[in-house]
Amino acid sequence: MKKLPVSKIQELFAAIRAQQTLYIPTDDASGQARYLPWQEGMELTHALNTVRSAKDFFFPQTENLVEFKLKGKEIEIIDSRTEQDDFVIFGVRACDARSFTILDKVFLIDPIDTYYKNRREHGTVVTLACTQPEETCFCTTFGIDPADPEGDAACWIAGDSLYLKARTEKGEKLLSALDNLLADADEGEIAAQQKATRDIAQKLPFAKLNLAGFNGENLNKLFDSKKWPELSEACLGCGTCTFVCPTCQCYDIRDFDTGHGVKRFRCWDSCMYSDFTLMAHGNSRNSQVERFRQRFMHKLVYFPANNEGEYGCVGCGRCLAKCPISMNIVKVAKALEGEVQ
Amino acid sequence: MQELMLAKAKELLQNGTVNRVLGWQAGEFVYDITPAVFESEQDLDAGFVYNEFCGNNLSKYLIKESRKEGKVLAFLKPCDTYSFNQLIKEHRIIRENVYVIGVPCEGKTDGETLKSKGVKGILGAKSEGDELIIDTLYGEQRLSKRDALTARCLTCKSKKHVVYDELLGEEGEEVPENHRFEEVEKLEAMTPDERFAFWRGELSRCIRCNACRNVCPACSCEKCVFDNPASGISQKAAADSFEENMFHIIRAFHVAGRCTDCGECSRVCPQNIPLHLLNRKFIKDIDAFYGEYQAGEDTESRAPLTNFTYDDVEPSIVYKGGKK
Repeated sequence: MKKLPVSKIQELFAAIRAQQTLYIPTDDASGQARYLPWQEGMELTHALNTVRSAKDFFFPQTENLVEFKLKGKEIEIIDSRTEQDDFVIFGVRACDARSFTILDKVFLIDPIDTYYKNRREHGTVVTLACTQPEETCFCTTFGIDPADPEGDAACWIAGDSLYLKARTEKGEKLLSALDNLLADADEGEIAAQQKATRDIAQKLPFAKLNLAGFNGENLNKLFDSKKWPELSEACLGCGTCTFVCPTCQCYDIRDFDTGHGVKRFRCWDSCMYSDFTLMAHGNSRNSQVERFRQRFMHKLVYFPANNEGEYGCVGCGRCLAKCPISMNIVKVAKALEGEVQ
Repeated sequence: MQELMLAKAKELLQNGTVNRVLGWQAGEFVYDITPAVFESEQDLDAGFVYNEFCGNNLSKYLIKESRKEGKVLAFLKPCDTYSFNQLIKEHRIIRENVYVIGVPCEGKTDGETLKSKGVKGILGAKSEGDELIIDTLYGEQRLSKRDALTARCLTCKSKKHVVYDELLGEEGEEVPENHRFEEVEKLEAMTPDERFAFWRGELSRCIRCNACRNVCPACSCEKCVFDNPASGISQKAAADSFEENMFHIIRAFHVAGRCTDCGECSRVCPQNIPLHLLNRKFIKDIDAFYGEYQAGEDTESRAPLTNFTYDDVEPSIVYKGGKK
């Protein structure tokens, strides 16, 4: 483990920036946190987390995939990919770090999504341990330790020091390049902070959220629950929950007519939208009840059924904070637990 | 007030005046209130709530609810009643299927507003005099009720209901000194380039979740043109950031003259974009060009943008930069 005085954090950022693009969570004009490319003087936010999750770095909201140009009777196919440079994301929380593992299970299985893989290979994730979880946090439900985040390298800000620990080869590489700034440290120096954070985590309102029974075996019982209409009644059908979610990964691929060719792009989709999975025959989910159910069944049942019990949620709490009508995965899970437990 | 409302709702359910109640339902925390329809006394006892966190405007739900069997009791706050009237005017709500009870509002707060004031880990809150005492994971915090108000409530135009079948509590007053156009005036004072930069900056944060549109009582089209793959201009992703900005500008034009300034668009925006300022600019201009007009104040009058009088400003006003 290494450390440097927090007062030198700008020097650390500058040293990373000298080698590759660095993104840090910082306050934007509206006073909320978002990831921006670091520039001299840009400060780390005091907010617990960003509004948009860190998934944007690997799975952007829109991206061009391929271009077709018409030349007489020939079609020229142009790969729209741009060369991805190495980049570092600093300050990722434990929940978002876990979301990458979940996204990997979607995009890096055969057939591998090369657009995603390209970014993933070039990105180094530096996480930052939480010290003041919010009441909306429930990452521990998914076995995530907010005091000991995953990532290529992990950081802790304790007292006047920033502690860093490499966890992967990429992390080692990054830290060794910064060695002249860092001093050796002992893991014991962060133990008190870790304990304090874990104590708070145990006292969080959803610390005892129980998802037992949310699995493939109970698929039909949950799908057929009579509670869905009531739960979805006030849903506006907006995409807020899906777009701030670090694990929502549904996308749409469309063609844009440029007048003399076609640009094929993909963009995030939302199961809350009326044209989600619209096919030539029509739509398989015609009501908001069905669309709403899809989101929670996907995260709590279908995903774990296909991924050895891993849920499609990391408990970051963004949907709890941002849903315009305050309906969310915790309320759904609590309402449905009676069906399976 | 909550007890009064509960008693009234139960009474009207019992005597058959209504067969269900549209109100607010308590959540997991003090602030995560969800609009809900209650069908029985048990439902009401289990979750009905009315307090300073019940900010959602319930009027838009009545488009759907008033088309169901029987009569629905709707509790409406003063600003919700403007939206209700406007929807009646646009023939979107079936009036005879709704029993409106006006409930007083002293201004609302919400979780996001409290957090923007530095409150972390909210576990509970209770009001005591002029203060809100908030119990948090990190100890007790106090905020004056004024400081806890949401931005839209700070410029509240009226605490008086414009429609109801019955009123609970005391009727409030209009707030003529609401200063709600001050922010618009600041924007008007900018140079066109500054203003352009301001909006490009604000709108650049849009994630196109459509929450502003979906919550807006004036956005009541059965199918939005931007959601319709057959429209040729459906817009799940914009071609460029300017096209993205245009969504909000087009929406503001579409609701111009019909927007009651309820402020739901800015309340729900996850990115804190001050969308209400676009609508307020239109409201201010309509007031200046066609005389004072408040959408939703009544259900009968002709709206300035769908009316013609010889006193109307000439279209050339556009070329004069809005100066008469």
